[in-house]
Order: sequence, then C-alpha cells, then structure tokens
Amino acid sequence: MKILVCISHVPDTTSKINFTDNDTTFDTNGVQFVIGPNDEFGLTRAMWFKEKQGASIDVVTVGEKDAEPTMRKTLAIGADKAIRVDAKPADAFQVAKEIADVAKNGNYDLIIAGRESIDYNGGMVPGMVAKLLGMNFINTCVSLEIEGDKATAVREIDGGKETLSCSLPLVIGGQKGLVEEKDLRIPNMRGIMMARKKPLEVKAPVAEESRVEFKKFSKPAPKGEVKLVDADNIDELINLLHNEAKAI
Amino acid sequence: MSILIYAESENRKLKKTAFEVASYAFAIGKKMDMDVAAVTINADSPESLGDYGVKKVLNIQNDKLNTFNVENYAEVISKAAKEVNAGIIVVSQSANAKYLAPLLSINLEAGYASNVVELPHTEDGFQVKRNVFTNKAFGMAEISTDIKIIGLSTNAFGVHDNNVNAEVSDFNPELPSTDLKVESVDKNTDKVSIADAEIVVSAGRGLKGPENWGMIEDLANVLGAATACSKPVSDMGWRSHGEHVGQTGKPVASNLYIAIGISGAIQHLAGINASKTKVVINTDEEAPFFKAADYGIVGDAFEVVPQLIEKLKDFKASNA
Repeated sequence: MKILVCISHVPDTTSKINFTDNDTTFDTNGVQFVIGPNDEFGLTRAMWFKEKQGASIDVVTVGEKDAEPTMRKTLAIGADKAIRVDAKPADAFQVAKEIADVAKNGNYDLIIAGRESIDYNGGMVPGMVAKLLGMNFINTCVSLEIEGDKATAVREIDGGKETLSCSLPLVIGGQKGLVEEKDLRIPNMRGIMMARKKPLEVKAPVAEESRVEFKKFSKPAPKGEVKLVDADNIDELINLLHNEAKAI
Repeated sequence: MSILIYAESENRKLKKTAFEVASYAFAIGKKMDMDVAAVTINADSPESLGDYGVKKVLNIQNDKLNTFNVENYAEVISKAAKEVNAGIIVVSQSANAKYLAPLLSINLEAGYASNVVELPHTEDGFQVKRNVFTNKAFGMAEISTDIKIIGLSTNAFGVHDNNVNAEVSDFNPELPSTDLKVESVDKNTDKVSIADAEIVVSAGRGLKGPENWGMIEDLANVLGAATACSKPVSDMGWRSHGEHVGQTGKPVASNLYIAIGISGAIQHLAGINASKTKVVINTDEEAPFFKAADYGIVGDAFEVVPQLIEKLKDFKASNA
C-alpha cells in the first residue's frame, strides 16, 4: 500500500497570535511551528499500517523552506520520503491543487490529511484534493481499517458516528480518534539520525492559483472583566443569564 | 443570478440552521439585489423557508438520499446551483455541510470561505469576515471567483423573520454512481448535539471521575443543553471522544457555554471562544477560564451544580 500524508506546518497550539505589515500578515516572530495536530493523528495511523500491514509513507507539505524542520520530524517519526512543494500557501484551493499534482503520478492508495489546519481552519483541503483526483472522500474520520482494496471508516457526525465503506483509492480528513493521543510518537534518536538520510524532495509548484485571499486580520475586542457571583447566590446568576445575557 | 442556500433537514424536519442560513442569504440579497432560492432534500414543509426570505425552493424527494452520502449530496446541490444560476451559495457549518462544501467548490469552480461570521462587505471586492487561528483572530477574505460559497458559522447571524411567499417546485436530479456507502448510523436522537445546541454544559477534571457526571447530565437536561467535556477527560476515557470540545475536538459556537471544573487551557478556550456567553464554575479563582468568561462562580462544583439545577427547575417552572 502506498500512503501519502499531507502535513501542515502550523503554529504550536499555545502560540500568541499577532499580525504585522499593517495587519495583513501573521507574525511568525517567536512562534514555534509544529506538525498540524490533526495531521499527526493521521501520520501515526499511517505508521500503524506500515508496521502491521506493510505500506510506504510519503509526506507532502506545500510550503517554503522554513517548513523543512517540520517535515524532517515526520521522517524521524517514520515516513519514508518527504516532498515539499516550494510555494507559499495562499489558500486551500492552491494547496489542494499542488497536493493533487503530487498525488497524480504517485499511485497512492490512501491519502491522509487532517480535517483542518489549526491556523486558517479552512477544513477544505482534503475534500478538494479528493474531488480534483476523483477519489472517494471521508471527512472527520475517527477510525480507519483497510483490507485489500476496501476501506471501512468511522466518521464523526453531529451527535454521533457513522460507519462507511468504499474502495481505494481514498482521501480522508483525519482527526483525533484515528489513533489515541497516547499513541502519538515522539521521534527517538535513531529516528532522527535516520531521517537525515531520507529523501526530502523539493518540487516546483504547478500554478499559482488562488480563489480566496486574506486581505486583513484583526483580533477580537478585549473582553470585559468576569462578573463574579457568590456561590451562595445562585439566584443572581440565573437573573444575570436571563435578564442581562438573555441566554436562558 | 441568485443566492442558493442548502437548507438542511433531519428526519424530514428543517433544522434551525436552515432558517439561519436563509435569514443570512436574504440579508445578502437585500444588499446586492438578488433573490434567495433554497434546495431541500427529503424535507417536509419546504414552503416554511419563505418565512425567512426564500422565494423559490427546489424540493428534492428521493429515497436514495435518506442517508447522507457526500457524493450524492454534493452532486444534487451542484445541479441545484446551476438550475437557479447561483452566484452565491450559503451553507451551514454542520459536520455534513463542512463535508460537502469543498466538493461543491471544485464542482462549481467556486471560491469557498468557511467559518464566516458576518455579512459580506461588497465595497471593495467581495470580502467576508471569518474566524481564523481557532477563534483567536478574524481574517477578511476576498473571494475572487464568479461563484462564491460561504460557510456560515452557527449562531453567527441568528434567525430573522422575513415574510416571503416561497414557490416550491419538485427537483429530481440524477444521482452519480459511487461506491461510497454508509453502512450504519449511530446517533443519539434523544440528545441534542453539540453542533446544534443553543446551550452546552461542559465539565472537566474537576469532577474527579466519570461516576460524577450524573449532575452534569441533569443540568443539561434542565437547560435542554448538550453535554461536552475537556480534552483530558476524553483522553482518560471518562467521556467519549465525541464530547471533547476544543482545538482538536469539536468547535462550539453556542449561545451559552457553562464550564464546570475546567481550568481553561488555551486550546480549550480557543475551541469554545465563539460561544456568546460563557460561565465558569471552578474552585480555583486563578483558573485561566475566569479571564475568558462573562460570569463566574468560585466554588465547588459538587455544591454549586446541584443548587443550580434546583434553582433552574424553579426558574423554568415559573417562566414556562
């Protein structure tokens, strides 16, 4: 089985979010970048397939050179080859186009992406990749089994779960649940050493097409102080929620 | 050109988000002088969308669409968009809508902006304000394609009455062939889902163990709320993953979010920040959640919550 895992290179979840250039650009100053958490669950599931069922894992990132340490980390975790499409990500469509172009000639049976990146939260790259390639697509995937050319997956829906089946090739939008948090892997020294020798290809972008472009960013207005209510005065809380917040 | 909405239904009943999306589309239509059309799939009373400004409904009734299959749904909605010559398409941000919208955008060569929180600005191109960085910031995004798709964040616009007469016509597009199959659906139908809930009651490690969730369920029942939990709680297996809210869990955009025994890690706060009113109940007055909340009680959940349940029952009884 050939697996392609799409890796987003995103600010660590605890990063302070600020903007520069007159609020048009995310300020990366002092920001630590990591593998997108949703992608990391997918990569770990891919490792499970590799170890238990036999599979090769390529990873792809659309990004500039600064994304390479994040990609090396995926190699240290166990991916076999990394492909960086040398373009600054502009929007989901452009990223999906580039990934689809990488996938087109790769004969992948399975493409795993995170359900959304934690920076721009578009949640559209996996679906777009699937449609561009004419492959099956399962989003918010929390469980995935492959047997031969058949996939069985569980998708999280509003208020429950749904079990789906389809043939490969398949694109999934993955998330926590694909593997448990405790099964995520921290690269060990041997993995880090091996990663240095693994291929990291740089591919020229096919096109610079974007459809949705950020013009300006802003931050939510600072919040007022919390109103504290005495623990013995629950009536006051109900009164505030009813009359002031109009929430009940 | 017109605006098309996908008006979602569940068990044949149009969902509240369908009315919200209709209200939002009507407001865009008023601004840009466009009529609103809707596509409904196996819904009863499609004409009721007129109450929220929809002029025309493409009513699809097809037993093959009883279960949500993304390939089928994306295809029929694309065909509906072509049928009404849609320039703008508005969908909700339900799990199903988020699943199908990217496919729709490729089908229609349309730019798609998700998590949109207000009406488009049309003075300088077509720009929409959307949540980014998991609710820690907003971005103004310009959609430059002829057809534009907007994913409207739940509860961002609200439901507004606009009495219009909706003309309903049957629409029977052909379905594509797909081997993607929904084998089974496991859905708790007596419980309100986090995505649809007006109120979410959420609890964390402060509850000490899964055996103490009875009062959280009781509080949620009194309020007609969904129950949720923090990440550590789902990681420890006290509650199912489906209840985990936060950056890597489910997003919450409810009208009221009540956090009980949750300290308020930055990842948790990011995921729930789109909620309008936030209440925190925690023994530790230094808990970061107090900085994010509108109302707070410094106190022991095991004392406060049972009282709150009783008082809310009285309140509900006298306001019924």
